[in-house]
Amino acid sequence: MKSEAAPSNKGAFHEHNSSPGWNKERGVHLTADGKQKRWKIDGPHFGGWEVYHLKGSPVDPDRIYASQTSSWFGQVIQRSDDGGNTWNPPGTKPEDLMGPDGMPKAESNMFLYDSSTETGQPLTTHQHYDGSQRPWEFKRVWHLEPSLTDPDTVYAGVEDAAIFKSTDGGKSWNELAGLRNAKGHLWQPGAGGMCLHTILLNTGQPDRMFVAISAAGSFRSDDAGQTWWPTNKGLLSKYELPDPDAEVGHCVHCITMHPSRPEVLFMQKHWDVLRSDNGGESWQEISGNLPSDFGFPIAVHAHEPNTVYVVPIKSDSEHYPPDGKLRVYRSTVGGHEWEALTRGLPQQDCYVNVLRDAMAVDQLDPCGVYFGTTGGQVYGSANSGDSWTPIVRDLPAVLSVEVQTLP
Amino acid sequence: MIRVVLPQHLRTLARIDGEVTLDPVSPATIDSVLDSLEVRYPTLRGTIRDHVTKRRRPFIRFFACEQDLSHLSADAPLPDTVVGGTEPLLIVGAMAGG
Repeated sequence: MKSEAAPSNKGAFHEHNSSPGWNKERGVHLTADGKQKRWKIDGPHFGGWEVYHLKGSPVDPDRIYASQTSSWFGQVIQRSDDGGNTWNPPGTKPEDLMGPDGMPKAESNMFLYDSSTETGQPLTTHQHYDGSQRPWEFKRVWHLEPSLTDPDTVYAGVEDAAIFKSTDGGKSWNELAGLRNAKGHLWQPGAGGMCLHTILLNTGQPDRMFVAISAAGSFRSDDAGQTWWPTNKGLLSKYELPDPDAEVGHCVHCITMHPSRPEVLFMQKHWDVLRSDNGGESWQEISGNLPSDFGFPIAVHAHEPNTVYVVPIKSDSEHYPPDGKLRVYRSTVGGHEWEALTRGLPQQDCYVNVLRDAMAVDQLDPCGVYFGTTGGQVYGSANSGDSWTPIVRDLPAVLSVEVQTLP
Repeated sequence: MIRVVLPQHLRTLARIDGEVTLDPVSPATIDSVLDSLEVRYPTLRGTIRDHVTKRRRPFIRFFACEQDLSHLSADAPLPDTVVGGTEPLLIVGAMAGG
């Protein structure tokens, strides 16, 4: 689950805009025609497990990765090679990676922190809630980010916070351990755990990556993940940190960018919405007239790099919209000035949350915008947010909404 | 021959219908049964015990003969009735939650 309130959730959403009749999927999937009007709901899949995230490869839409996890049975990575018709944990078939016993190694759910002298970092400790130091311990995969160029390459953001990379379609994973060298001993868990939840890749500069961690902040690498440094200058956490502008320790909830303008980043922090115009070197607050600048997701319009969406939540201890009104806020000028988008959304007695990976846009024109709530609703807008329609209402809490726009 | 009953979530994951029968190396222990199970169903690796340490996951329990074997040493011999197939070894998701 992606909420720091840690609700109990089962299921996941993965939305496809496709030709009518596209169906037979094995995630909890929603499919629509090209006008985003006729939706088919399919599932549940991976029933009884929490599906923290699933995402398709940008270069091979048939390739979809899913993070399936359970407090009982641990982490499972699922992969579909046929657009969601069938799923398998990669590396479990006889033709997959073989161990010395001649059997599949089945390492797709093995996330080992790299403490080797050659490529790793010493597995030290991080701060705990009470200020004590705790050792790093793998718990689950929060986010899967497929490569922009290779369907077999995918990154995983995990708890306890680290980034892993697979170059064999998820069969095996290696930590990019340099990240923990970016003052990892000062990182601490947010209320949902110490999770790496955001991974941003960049087509223009393929070696540049951003990640975000609760509660550590945002970090950048310019060498494909080998070395990292904190990119938190300008963040202010007055009530969360003893040193409000500390280099690390900030509870960043989500960051995003428009692919055409990768120097410009938008951030939803624990409190505050911010923007960077220099690849994360510094940040400026752009909360402006938002009714609350606490929230989780942040998204950018597919065709308008200055159009940004957030969902304000009342406070860090009250995870529901201000005044019981579910409002998406849109800025068309890159921040500071925000308008409430309310048509079709409940404007009274609404006390749901929208989690950090539960908002996405499609590539159609006009741009479609989608989000899921902890109350089990998925809303869609076919007109860039001007009006909204519930696509489905009565699901478990929605952890993840992703969109594929199929030809 | 040892009969193993898995929790429904793991049967679904590994596409197993009903009980599993295994013939682990002797003497039969929790570890040798799990070794045999994971060879036949690689998908289950990491879901019952840790990949590397082989420690039982915290919310997994091993029951047999109306006893909780979870805290036995993983290399302790299993009861004769389990080894003989009279009683199954139950791998159970621990009771937790509301």
